[in-house]
Amino acid sequence: MSNDINLPIYMDYASTTPVDPRVAKKISDHLTIDGNFGNPASRSHKFGWKAEEAVEEARSHVANLVNCDPREIVWTSGATEADNLAIKGVANFYHKNGKHIITSKIEHKAVLDPCRQLERDGFEVTYLEPNEGGVITPEAVLNAIREDTVLISIMHINNELGTINDLSGIGNIAREKGIFFHVDAAQSTGKVAIDLSSLPVDLMSFSAHKTYGPKGIGALFVRRKPRVRIEAQIHGGGHERGMRSGTLPTHQIVGMGEAFRIAKEEMDVDNQRIKLLHDKFYESVAKIEEIYVNGDVNNKVCNILNISFAYVEGESLIMALKDIAVSSGSACTSASLEPSYVLRALGRKDELASSSIRFSFGRFTTEQEVDFTLTLINHAVERLRELSPLWEMYLDGIDLDTVDWQTH
Amino acid sequence: MAYSKKVVDKFENTINEPAKYNVGRFDPKEMNVGTGMVGAPACGDVMKLQIKCESQGNTHVIKDVKFKTYGCGSAIASSSELVEMLIGKTLEEAKEIKNIDIVEALELPPIKIHCSVLAEDSIKQAIEDYEQKQ
Repeated sequence: MSNDINLPIYMDYASTTPVDPRVAKKISDHLTIDGNFGNPASRSHKFGWKAEEAVEEARSHVANLVNCDPREIVWTSGATEADNLAIKGVANFYHKNGKHIITSKIEHKAVLDPCRQLERDGFEVTYLEPNEGGVITPEAVLNAIREDTVLISIMHINNELGTINDLSGIGNIAREKGIFFHVDAAQSTGKVAIDLSSLPVDLMSFSAHKTYGPKGIGALFVRRKPRVRIEAQIHGGGHERGMRSGTLPTHQIVGMGEAFRIAKEEMDVDNQRIKLLHDKFYESVAKIEEIYVNGDVNNKVCNILNISFAYVEGESLIMALKDIAVSSGSACTSASLEPSYVLRALGRKDELASSSIRFSFGRFTTEQEVDFTLTLINHAVERLRELSPLWEMYLDGIDLDTVDWQTH
Repeated sequence: MAYSKKVVDKFENTINEPAKYNVGRFDPKEMNVGTGMVGAPACGDVMKLQIKCESQGNTHVIKDVKFKTYGCGSAIASSSELVEMLIGKTLEEAKEIKNIDIVEALELPPIKIHCSVLAEDSIKQAIEDYEQKQ
């Protein structure tokens, strides 16, 4: 079986995607002396004009995927910078209107850390709890709104669970109350359709590298009508209508543009195929005893599947699955020894949180890879449970919650 | 990952050949069996170690060991390493085993030293349990 399959198998598309070969071609056309290498800000010669043209075409592709005006797209170095620009930008510009921000406990660090920074600068932040299904409900947002709330920042698709938040529901509440609404949509592009012409969202962050584009480039949607103003966070030349200075990286921008153009064109085909793989994977894993899907299976994207294998510790499972590239809910491997804060926010017990694995599929995942992975998972879980004193206790009918554990 | 080849090998051998690497259990009620269980599920590791001893003269010798470990790769490797160190030792000798011996044998990175501490605690507890029965 392993003879005709390339190992290790990449099942971590939610972390980053490989660049699509068509995108790579586009990028390489914008680098060398033979290519379109000019500075898009150069007004005095053809090299600059041609580069600017390529940048603007790419901007249209990005705008086209999410159905907004290209003039509403601001290039950034990635979704992290876009999140920073949106959150700090709005908070700093409108701080006289109020100093309260609403976000959630399951946001990416790129949202949580700027919020923490604003707290140090005198803002107050409410961190909403998700419901059991891993979703931030519009009701939860409504209940947290205060007189002085200036910004709501809630992600579209959660990166660990794949669960989808109701942007219309939250956005309508924000509109009604006159509060700006920012959405981190790093995981969304190419997975779900986004129509900013009708969605009540004021700012939206995008990343190229989660959608088969290059790393180091992203964009922030800043609505023109009704107009949203932000204070620039990076100064030096006034590029991007003063919102984000710095010479535009033409090669990365055209890469993102091409990636988003392809996403628009191929989203349906990609999703149909990935859904079949997901369903096959899920149906097979669901046959294993004592597994739990994290996040509402009926309200999530099909490229992400987060599963806890009870009585098996996550890091050991990842080690046993060394031929499969996946990501663990346990951050054990990243030196913090903490179970995922997202899973904890869901109310999962620590041991279930640390036995979780996120599988994420993508454009280049094959059925053969899924089959191979399933075989390995079954084998690894069986072996690790044979080794697990907790599994033994479970089989003996002992309730682990009644055991007096000797913590250290 | 900051794992040494020794940890990886130990881990893989143990999960691939559990019987050979002493994975299993004894009846904890048997008089010549001592059981130690340390750690907590919420902390991410639980080690259960059992020794089966035989009295020889005025001492007791560890004739066989079984273990089960829930935890990260180094926790599993640490238990497995400890088990190999124990067989054939007298209880006095076994009490001398320190976590640093496991750290050195497996080249554990600093962040994983707690796994070796847990292993040391498990043998201490198993010996205590055994001695109480005598």
